[in-house]
Amino acid sequence: MTDLTAKPKLARLFRMQYEEAQQGYVLLYPEGMVKLNQSASEILKRCDGERDVHAIIADIEQSFNATGLEKDVTGFLEIATERGWIV
Amino acid sequence: MSDLSETKQIPPPLWLLAEITYRCPLHCVFCYNPLNYAEDKKELTTDQWKDVLRQARKMGAAQLGFSGGEPLVRDDLEELIGEAHQLGYYTNLITSGVGLTEERISKMKSLGLDHIQLSFQDSTKEMNDFLSSTKTFDLKNRVAKLIKKYDYPMVLNVVLHRYNLDHIGRIIEMAVEMGVEYLELANTQYYAWAHVNRDQLMPSREQLERAEAVVNEYRAKLGNKLRLLFVVPDYFEDKPKACMNGWGSVFLAVAADGSALPCHAAKTLPGLTFPNVAEEKLEDIWYRSDAFNRYRGFEWMKEPCRSCADKEKDFGGCRCQAYALLGDAEAADPVCGKSPHHDDVKKIVLHARTAAAQEKPLIYRNDANSVKYATIPIRDARDTVI
Repeated sequence: MTDLTAKPKLARLFRMQYEEAQQGYVLLYPEGMVKLNQSASEILKRCDGERDVHAIIADIEQSFNATGLEKDVTGFLEIATERGWIV
Repeated sequence: MSDLSETKQIPPPLWLLAEITYRCPLHCVFCYNPLNYAEDKKELTTDQWKDVLRQARKMGAAQLGFSGGEPLVRDDLEELIGEAHQLGYYTNLITSGVGLTEERISKMKSLGLDHIQLSFQDSTKEMNDFLSSTKTFDLKNRVAKLIKKYDYPMVLNVVLHRYNLDHIGRIIEMAVEMGVEYLELANTQYYAWAHVNRDQLMPSREQLERAEAVVNEYRAKLGNKLRLLFVVPDYFEDKPKACMNGWGSVFLAVAADGSALPCHAAKTLPGLTFPNVAEEKLEDIWYRSDAFNRYRGFEWMKEPCRSCADKEKDFGGCRCQAYALLGDAEAADPVCGKSPHHDDVKKIVLHARTAAAQEKPLIYRNDANSVKYATIPIRDARDTVI
């Protein structure tokens, strides 16, 4: 269960950057790389350790002119936490 | 026109391995450097390496490994790290630790090195020093402390075989104490020096099963705190590894002398000329050279690979292994249960348990042995295997 007041940020093992050749964002870590899809990129970009989960959801809903994205965002954050991408 | 469309179908390299030198202070019996490494000691210059880094980055490579040999032997390593960081690579240093002083690590940190992979041969001083034919255990421990002092993420790499598989619990404990993030427990892959020493290094199936059970216990206990990667011992499997994720698919190695290779063992294959980065543009090499196109995709495959449902998962396994074991680089990797020669692999495993095989002396990787064994044909004569 994601705590909506938590302020997730990228774990120090990971670096996120845009790769022209792959036309998208990737996560780089020791001897590995994960290509991120668009929604994963948009969520992770906002995991800056300053915004809480509430704010991340609100920001994404506003940017994409959508509502009801809470489950998608928290679902992804749970996977990202499990994989150690965010803390 | 056709050239353009060809280029579009081939994905760019994402991983660049720069084997900047084959010089190494260690003499490990399982080294994957070519047996004949001492025959040609020519190395690319600093400017040539920088040019390779620029070209590969432009094509799309994002992961970069500085390896060797021991990359710290070159005193321009820091300069290359600085260039790599500027270009936007995630930069890995793959090292034995020998030569990693506090002065150098501090400089590398400031120049933007992202990660250090340190190798150990065992959890005990005796075995570590025996297998590498050096006194390096204490030094490696000091280096491990330095790596953590400079707040680097750290991969600890230990190559596994008959002599250390029973120590696996202690190896994991050692990694926990060092505070490493990833422990790579890499069962020996039998290429180059490990191939020469295969009988002596080959574990028994029981030994492997015990070790894997210990790894699984620690996995459950440690969770995310320490990630354990157990590289499968493919002679004991019936599914081949997806070698290099496919030939010329993501991985590009450049050897010390500038040869561009789809895999670091590829020079053992017959009938292939590997282009040199000092003479040809990397783009031409990756997209258009015969060497990189030879085993790309599925057209080159024979049966049972050609009609196999798993061909897009495992790409027929490893070309170098098919050649080393069968003398045919286009055959299915005999590690695969569907290979008509799969029994040969089982025979090799059993043969290694005979007294005659175990009494053979280990051959250390050094210049004298390199010259002596350079002419040994890489492949087994199949009919001599029991």
